[in-house]
Amino acid sequence: MAVAATTQDGARPARAGRRPSVPGWVGTVPFFAYVGVFLLLPTGIVIWDSLRNTTGGWYLTSVSQLASPQVRGYFIGSVKLCLISSAGGAALGAILAYAVASGNPDGAVRRLYISASGVLAQFGGVTLAFAFLVLIGPIGLLLHASWYFDFPWGISLIYAYFQIPLMVLVFMPAIDGLKVQWREASENLGASTWQYWRYVGAPLLTPAFLGATLLLFANALSAFATIQAWENQIAYIVPQQISTSLSSEVGLANVNYADVLALGMVIMVAIVMTGYALLQRRAARWLR
Amino acid sequence: MKASHKAALAGFVVLAVAAAGCSSSSGGSSSDAKWKTATSAAGGGGMKALITAAKKEGTLNVIALPPTWANYGNIIKTFEAKYGITVNSALPDGTSQQEVDAVKSENGTAKAPDVLDVGMAVALVNTNLFAPYQVSTWSAIPASQKATNGVWVQDYGGYMAVGYSSKFGTITSLNDLLGKKFHNAVALNGNPTSANAALNGVMMASLAEGGSASSIANGVAFFHKLKQAGNFSPVSATGATIKAGTTPVVFNWDYLNLPSYVGVSNWKVFVPSNAVLGGYYAQAINKNAPHPAAARLWEEFLYSQAAAGGQNLWLEGGARPVEQPAMQSNGTINAAAAAKLPAVTGTPVFLSPTQATNAATYLSANWAKAIG
Repeated sequence: MAVAATTQDGARPARAGRRPSVPGWVGTVPFFAYVGVFLLLPTGIVIWDSLRNTTGGWYLTSVSQLASPQVRGYFIGSVKLCLISSAGGAALGAILAYAVASGNPDGAVRRLYISASGVLAQFGGVTLAFAFLVLIGPIGLLLHASWYFDFPWGISLIYAYFQIPLMVLVFMPAIDGLKVQWREASENLGASTWQYWRYVGAPLLTPAFLGATLLLFANALSAFATIQAWENQIAYIVPQQISTSLSSEVGLANVNYADVLALGMVIMVAIVMTGYALLQRRAARWLR
Repeated sequence: MKASHKAALAGFVVLAVAAAGCSSSSGGSSSDAKWKTATSAAGGGGMKALITAAKKEGTLNVIALPPTWANYGNIIKTFEAKYGITVNSALPDGTSQQEVDAVKSENGTAKAPDVLDVGMAVALVNTNLFAPYQVSTWSAIPASQKATNGVWVQDYGGYMAVGYSSKFGTITSLNDLLGKKFHNAVALNGNPTSANAALNGVMMASLAEGGSASSIANGVAFFHKLKQAGNFSPVSATGATIKAGTTPVVFNWDYLNLPSYVGVSNWKVFVPSNAVLGGYYAQAINKNAPHPAAARLWEEFLYSQAAAGGQNLWLEGGARPVEQPAMQSNGTINAAAAAKLPAVTGTPVFLSPTQATNAATYLSANWAKAIG
């Protein structure tokens, strides 16, 4: 009350004079400090180091290693795994999200799916690999087949375990954004169900769907522990090769090579996330 | 979402190093300074002085010593009890390269590793980080197994062996492993372009397939055949996968392949007679060790021929200590433990540093192609 009184009786300028006002950007300092230490600084180190050689000199040819057939192989492996697991996860996740969204919005089924998706989208790494190993590993409880060790199909199946729930979480708001009134309007104008989806539903959902798929792509790109625990006697994807370059004890450790690979990944993520941001902007128009 | 794990890791390391930099480093008394450069116990004032100085430091930092590996759990306990020195064991499952990385990144802090146990490939290229030191049993160590000034000294080793579940009967040659009953069963201990034990597993197959220590190509071809037959398991073998039965056939050092080590009673070990491939690890002291006297006392303990000294303790863990031949002649060896080692016939092959490098280079270009 006292504050209100002071502002009303015109004491505000005097108050500001006694205590220097704090600029508005100060509140963002913790955020930017955090981003700086955990994102910008490491990215800077990676870029800086990928341009140096092991003896510390400038060595631009390091970056040219990105074009070597071996490095290309790791990136192709990463892209294959990300494409399959994100396309499969997006398709199945979208169907599941639609099925759940078209049910009772306050129903138990929906609440169950949303909370289960929230948990399972975070279920990855060694625990996930071990769960599959026990169930369908070489002496698994359910299956003894070996096709699931084939890269990239087998591991994509395991990735689907966290990709589908993530898709449900990120795609559900878009489906919820489809207003019942639009459906009614198109029906009033004599549109069939197919026409509604063809001319209204699909165009509205496409940007959101593609954006969510890109998010899944980036999610699979950075996943490392799952595949490393599942099969690590060979490097299929870039993060595995980075690990080998950092920890090899047979004389193949090369930090700069690891930095070059990491730089390649930073570029890939930058491309994917730019695409995501553009699609997200387009999708957001309809989600207000 | 995330830039990359590498980037995140780099950020973490930066913080960790900064934090480590803030912690106090051990105070350097005059006795510390003397032991920092002592190249033998006698040179620093004798064993008694070494023990006193080490006890005063009170702590020893070791790194990458799994408690179940070559009896290290027991060795650390025995050392702690004997001298009243606390052993800080960091990153027990780390690789040799990570040991060296820790020496560099934690240099000058109280947390830096005092002593290392590294593969030869890593030891030979990092000698500038190590302090020369000759233990009192120096003469019992064969000349080919130590650096002339003692910056590295081989400590224990073994032979590459195939460990397997006895449900498969008896394996008499590597080619048996191509048979139908070994479907999805045969595993290495890691990625051979990264882990030394896995590289030697492939090299052992190469020797068995008519290759030489100078070429690992036949071994890669053997694992390719194994993969074609559907018998190669992509799951890296650990004690847990062996116990769970996921990896019932494992290429690994014999001391990591013993029933007592893997904890499975129906476990057999096979060393092909035409492919006896030996490998030794090496000890080294960090030249900037935060506990220089304790580091040197640890080495004296590890190379001691006493009944409860490091050499016999390694032997009890199934590893072959470097002073074993000398101890067999002077009678200090634990004969019961020596008798339990897997029988080996044939002439052992040891990779020279060049041969090991060539093998790694060949693997980096060809392993993924053969197995992928």
